[in-house]
Amino acid sequence: MNAGRGGVDLRSVAGKELSIDGHAQLLVIGAGPAGLAAALEGAGRGLSVMLVDENPVPFETMGESVPLHFGGRAGGVVRNRNAMMEAMLDSAPGLAAAFDLGVEVRLGTACWGLYANGTNLGWMPAPLAGLADEANGTYLVSFDRAIVATGRRDMGLAFPGWETPGVMGATAAVRLAARYGALEGRRAVVLGTTAEALLAALDLHAHGLAVAAVIEQAPAPVGPADLLEQVSAAGAALICSETVRAIESDLNGVTAVRTGTQTLPCDLVVLGVGAVPMVDLLDAAGCRLGFDAARSGYVPVLDGQARTSVAVIQAVGDCAGLWPSKSRNAGIAEAEARHAAACAAATLGMPGDAVAAPPAPGPAPYDLGAYRKDWVRASVIEAAGEPYVCQCEEVTAREILELRPPRYLDWNSADNRRRSLESLLGEGPPHPDQIKRLTRAGMGSCQGRRCREQIQALLALQAAVPLDAVPLAGYRAPVRPLPLKAAAPRNEAPAFGEQWDSWFGMPRQWVPFWDVEGEYTVAGLAVEKPHASE
Amino acid sequence: MPANDHAPSDTVRGAAVIVVGGGVTGLSAAWWLARAGVDVLVVEKGLVGWEASGRNGGGCSHHHSPLFAEEQRLWPLMDQLLGYPTEFQPNRVRIALNERQLALYSRAVVNARHQGFRIDELEARQVRDLVPLAGDNVFAGHYYHFGGHANPHRTVQAYAWALQDLGGRVLQHTAVTGFATEGGQVVAVETARGRLGCDHLVLAAGPQTGRLAEMLGVNLPLKVARAEMIVTEALPLMPLGGVDGNGLYGRQTLRGNLAYGGGPHEWVETEEMPGGPRPATPLMQNIAKRVAELLPLAGHARIIRSWAGLIENTPDGRPVIDRPEGWDNLTLATLSGVGFGLSPASGRAIQQLVTDGACSFADLSTLRLSRFARLEPDWAALQGWQSAAMAS
Ligand SMILES: Cc1cc2nc3c(=O)[nH]c(=O)nc-3n(C[C@H](O)[C@H](O)[C@H](O)COP(=O)(O)OP(=O)(O)OC[C@H]3O[C@@H](n4cnc5c(N)ncnc54)[C@H](O)[C@@H]3O)c2cc1C
Repeated sequence: MNAGRGGVDLRSVAGKELSIDGHAQLLVIGAGPAGLAAALEGAGRGLSVMLVDENPVPFETMGESVPLHFGGRAGGVVRNRNAMMEAMLDSAPGLAAAFDLGVEVRLGTACWGLYANGTNLGWMPAPLAGLADEANGTYLVSFDRAIVATGRRDMGLAFPGWETPGVMGATAAVRLAARYGALEGRRAVVLGTTAEALLAALDLHAHGLAVAAVIEQAPAPVGPADLLEQVSAAGAALICSETVRAIESDLNGVTAVRTGTQTLPCDLVVLGVGAVPMVDLLDAAGCRLGFDAARSGYVPVLDGQARTSVAVIQAVGDCAGLWPSKSRNAGIAEAEARHAAACAAATLGMPGDAVAAPPAPGPAPYDLGAYRKDWVRASVIEAAGEPYVCQCEEVTAREILELRPPRYLDWNSADNRRRSLESLLGEGPPHPDQIKRLTRAGMGSCQGRRCREQIQALLALQAAVPLDAVPLAGYRAPVRPLPLKAAAPRNEAPAFGEQWDSWFGMPRQWVPFWDVEGEYTVAGLAVEKPHASE
Repeated sequence: MPANDHAPSDTVRGAAVIVVGGGVTGLSAAWWLARAGVDVLVVEKGLVGWEASGRNGGGCSHHHSPLFAEEQRLWPLMDQLLGYPTEFQPNRVRIALNERQLALYSRAVVNARHQGFRIDELEARQVRDLVPLAGDNVFAGHYYHFGGHANPHRTVQAYAWALQDLGGRVLQHTAVTGFATEGGQVVAVETARGRLGCDHLVLAAGPQTGRLAEMLGVNLPLKVARAEMIVTEALPLMPLGGVDGNGLYGRQTLRGNLAYGGGPHEWVETEEMPGGPRPATPLMQNIAKRVAELLPLAGHARIIRSWAGLIENTPDGRPVIDRPEGWDNLTLATLSGVGFGLSPASGRAIQQLVTDGACSFADLSTLRLSRFARLEPDWAALQGWQSAAMAS
């Protein structure tokens, strides 16, 4: 009997206690410049602070291009955890200061989910974060406020051969080269002339790589003139009105790229067409996002205290928006972080002076939506072959636009061909989640990291709407892939097992229809009936 | 041409039958109506199948239901009938990891055999032969020569497209906010796109069916709960995808992913108009633990998503498919948590209730609304079906 007069549904979450391994007043996710500044500010104001960062990311995870598009170019040194940890500490002196201030710093610790009660959810004892690290496996911590400072990643861009080792994101290339000295490559070709692409080219050059060329599909570059000058002073050719038409490769990966007119020897192809805020955790936590071209894409909608629509979660740094001057000057992200942490401390009753919010970005220096669509048209739609846009599930642009069922179905009914994207659109813009369900594009193990923005652009092109009219394909926890076994709770309260049912465990739901009484009352449940559980 | 291919500014015409709700129940009913030559319009608040119908386990094994026999007859035919793939796969293996689970699962054997369906008892070794990802911890199992599973996303879309192929219409992004009535008749539904006239109204709005019925003075007791599922990356296909047990429902999809759910649900006071967030919780971990126990050789498989859906529940957990007293042209359909698997048959039953006033192929008397005539008014509190906030 699961539901007595006492009125407790034992098969529900009532009485199930999640085991929670730790608490911080302020949880900061991401230990880049913004996250560090937030942690230091919070600790300085007397908050108990936990600072987690997934770096150094395990070699195997990097091999899957998680969390960044590492493109198979993480060198062997990445296998050496101790060396990686040291490199990480050396690259961020603020970490030592954080240790000194009593911040609980957890490196090599991924946050795969943030959870807060709200609409349609109310049983958790506190806001929770799901963490995972190699030593402790998967566990939950609670927090009063979380500041998300997860940074950025790069928009993927398909062209024939883009799955070849050596094709990688600009953020990933700089991460490997600058932080770990672990980038396997000597000569790069950079795609895109955004400020972020040019800064990456300069960073790579500063770390001893040759930058052979910067390729731009538009007739003229879009990034700041002074950066362009520095890049050409560093020896890179600027090639406009071109895209990558093909990749030449050997067993080790890329050996050259071919544009429409020339062949450029290189071992790295660095995607810099769009740095995008890393909003996966925020979206999965239910924070409202909006497209803001001045902030480089979908960003959390924030109030004057850097709070997302989930009030206990704040966002700072690149994940809250990035623009050229912010990419060039970490001071802006740090100022955002200090402001947010000061607001959090004040809300939690800590004394201290208010910190002014740094100025918001001006208007976007170029039409970012049109720029990304143009890249996708030039590189993906006009590609000679049919490159997979979604590498995990092997889905091409045409298959996405024609809504073709995935290959494993081997379903070639003529009827399906007729189902163009338009027939799905109905009254609204195309929704990538619907496309995902039907074509599986974005459903694979990289969790859509490499194809999400391309699909957004493809749909906008096809529907002839601005980029911002197409919603973001949703992120879901765990935002880092977690093995089943490792994801199991370390200590599950016995009530879960004792009262676990595959479905609701209602006493009359599964009574066979020939045995059902004519009337149903709660009082009638006093008579036990056997029932199959489903 | 699909009927919803028109600019939003077009005026929308009503229909002989308007179905409120574009989940599997409403879409299947509309498809069957269109097959019967009826002019039908589905009005859906968001996108088709966005709610429970696109978030469920895809299981089709509800052998306790009067609609089960028809469901079993129809599923193997659905790809042909609809003209689009549903990914339906027949049969199922259910694994017990201990004696207690075996006893529980054995009750299903009685139901199935009573209706002439075959179930084989399996020894642990036989289970492992059939289920390569199973481990040494298998106690015993059953092989169901019936039931099975399909892909909810593809099935929902197949219903919608098949319906449009027959001239039926689907109006998405349009909420029904009220009704116009004359005497004992519902003559129109109110929407932001105007008043849409109808000769018959079918309410199949999932968790919202109760609230909409109430607007017509019909008391359909319903409570809403959230349940969660997880899915892993794709693994090599097992000979049979329909594998569950150990307190889980779910399947290996045709793509190879393991998709499972089970465990505690949460009662929620949901929003009045669907569209709010559908958050999942750390229950992902508890489900993962049990999937790793059920299929130990898949313990390394990585979870890549978890999600939640809202489920409509009547007090006894059984569907209501009925034409309520007091109205000449109203049909209610709420499936109470078993709506996906039954959808081929529930749609047909609803169609017959609408066109013929009675179902020819199944006895729907146990699904009548009148069974709740003497239900305690505080039934939800008595059963503990309350959100944490309401209970405290
Ligand atoms: C996690 C989970 C696992 C499940 N597993 C299974 C399973 O394995 N097998 C199974 O058979 N069942 C399963 N179920 C249950 C099954 O999904 C539901 O019973 C079924 O989908 C109900 O379908 P429906 O069409 O009746 O309702 P819904 O899918 O809820 O559809 C109702 C529709 O009505 C629309 N609507 C609501 N109000 C309005 C309005 N005012 N105007 C216009 N439109 C409106 C909504 O937007 C929605 O699209 C599961 C459910 C969940 C959540």
